[in-house]
Amino acid sequence: MRFVVASLFTAILGLILATAFVTPASAQEAPNVGPKPPVVVKPMESHIGNITGHAAAAKSDYKRYCAGCHGNYGDSNGENAVWLDPKPRDFTIATFKCRSTLTGTLPTDEDLFKNIGRGFTNSNMPIWNTFTKQQRADLVAYIKIFSPRWEREKAGDPIKIPAEPPVTIDSIAHGKALFTKLECWKCHGSHGEGDGPSAATLTDSKDNPIRPYDFAAGKNDSRFKCGNTNEDLYKIFMTGLDGTPMPSFADVIQPNDAWDLVHFLRTLQVKRHSKENEVLSAAHGVIPPYVDKTPAPAAAPTDNKSPGGGN
Amino acid sequence: MKAHYKTFAVMACTLLMLGFGLWYSAHKTLNVSAAATGGITGTIKFDGTPPHQKPIDMSKEPNCAKEHASNPVMTETVVVGPKGGLKWVVVYISEGLDAATASQVPSVTPVWDQKGCQYTPHVMALDVNQHFKVSNSDPHSHNIHPLPAPNGANHEWNRSQPPGTPPFDQAWAGQEVAIPVKCNIHPWMHGYMAVVKGPTAVSDDNGSYTIKNLPPGNYTVTAWQEVYGSQSQKVTVGAGKPATADFTFKAKAY
Repeated sequence: MRFVVASLFTAILGLILATAFVTPASAQEAPNVGPKPPVVVKPMESHIGNITGHAAAAKSDYKRYCAGCHGNYGDSNGENAVWLDPKPRDFTIATFKCRSTLTGTLPTDEDLFKNIGRGFTNSNMPIWNTFTKQQRADLVAYIKIFSPRWEREKAGDPIKIPAEPPVTIDSIAHGKALFTKLECWKCHGSHGEGDGPSAATLTDSKDNPIRPYDFAAGKNDSRFKCGNTNEDLYKIFMTGLDGTPMPSFADVIQPNDAWDLVHFLRTLQVKRHSKENEVLSAAHGVIPPYVDKTPAPAAAPTDNKSPGGGN
Repeated sequence: MKAHYKTFAVMACTLLMLGFGLWYSAHKTLNVSAAATGGITGTIKFDGTPPHQKPIDMSKEPNCAKEHASNPVMTETVVVGPKGGLKWVVVYISEGLDAATASQVPSVTPVWDQKGCQYTPHVMALDVNQHFKVSNSDPHSHNIHPLPAPNGANHEWNRSQPPGTPPFDQAWAGQEVAIPVKCNIHPWMHGYMAVVKGPTAVSDDNGSYTIKNLPPGNYTVTAWQEVYGSQSQKVTVGAGKPATADFTFKAKAY
């Protein structure tokens, strides 16, 4: 009898152990809801400085850290995505907001490298400073496997950014005049709080409602998704935030004028300690009306002989 | 004396022959396309009651609200004329184009205008790589935001265009019927750019269209409307008088 019990016990134990070996090792896999096509890891590469990234090297990092939101196929359908707003980036479309390249063109590898490292404030994309540079470069290469655009096109050329002029009250005044003339207030509102007349009906390129940036929110954190520096802000309206209502102003604004606009925008961040706000306080918080000091074109000779004798 | 006349006669004949030869070859090059091409013409009709077009509320843009105060602008998704003609239908050749005709790019640069907070024209047909100009005739800014299908040859871009900006020169790299265009500042503005190789036409207020400069041959001609989609038919084009291809789009039950 004991022999029967012992052998039965051994048999059951053996069966349990056997199934343990046969069960797939990655117990954290998403529930299997049917046959899924395998992810094709194309041999894409990235080049950032002297680091070369390879897509194949990032496969397990992507699965562990990124697929939860961005999806196994990079289509922003990760299992967490339903609870996220804004939605994760859809890599299959290859449209990116934060770039240094003109509207309609692909970002550079360095743009993507920085985006991963910096994360996106006010969204669920963390600051991925846990990765090594090589890991980040590999992930940049991995992102490229999801859209055929990367195979057909080169990245756009980064825009040229002139040196930033000094922050003066005149610069801020010019920026304010530009803000009015270029009708930024239509979406951003006259105080940049994201409450302009067109704000309520804005939708992104996937028809999801989207709000314009509220400059007055936050204190010393800039809360700009594309980076904290003045240069990052400059890039936003020279490249446009592709995929969103924010257009590019590269065709309609002079590069130096764009710096004046940046200085004005910083004063809209009323609670932030910045050089621009210091300059504004020194001017008693009043932005003077902008006077166009560019020299007038030379008058035609006939003007001097006009009968009215005016200027 | 006789010798002079002889030389003169020979020279005159040579000159005459040269002149005739030049005239003939010029005549031939100029007229060969005109003589050998045909076209397709027809009328697009709408069968049934078209969906109601609604007046657009432009109060968010005071300039435009004022401009249209006495005569509100209607939506343009289905525009049917008094005799049942369907406007804004793109007609193009979907099959049968020979390589030479398909690769020709017209030098004409049509204008996509923003006026009175509307796109004019509402639907524009373009060839691949054909340049067009985007202009802003309003006293306020617009942004032009075409949204081509992702991962094709055409890419989404978004440009601001304040009043007084010179027109933007653009072109599309691949066939697409059709690319929706929107303005984020004025959400009621909608238009379409249909990019397709070969000669095209867009139907007018009476639903009439004419496709010109088509070499003789057998073609499949397709008509596309933004709500009702596409319809095709086969047509044989001969030199001279255009062939006829009429289309009818039926109202949907809901």
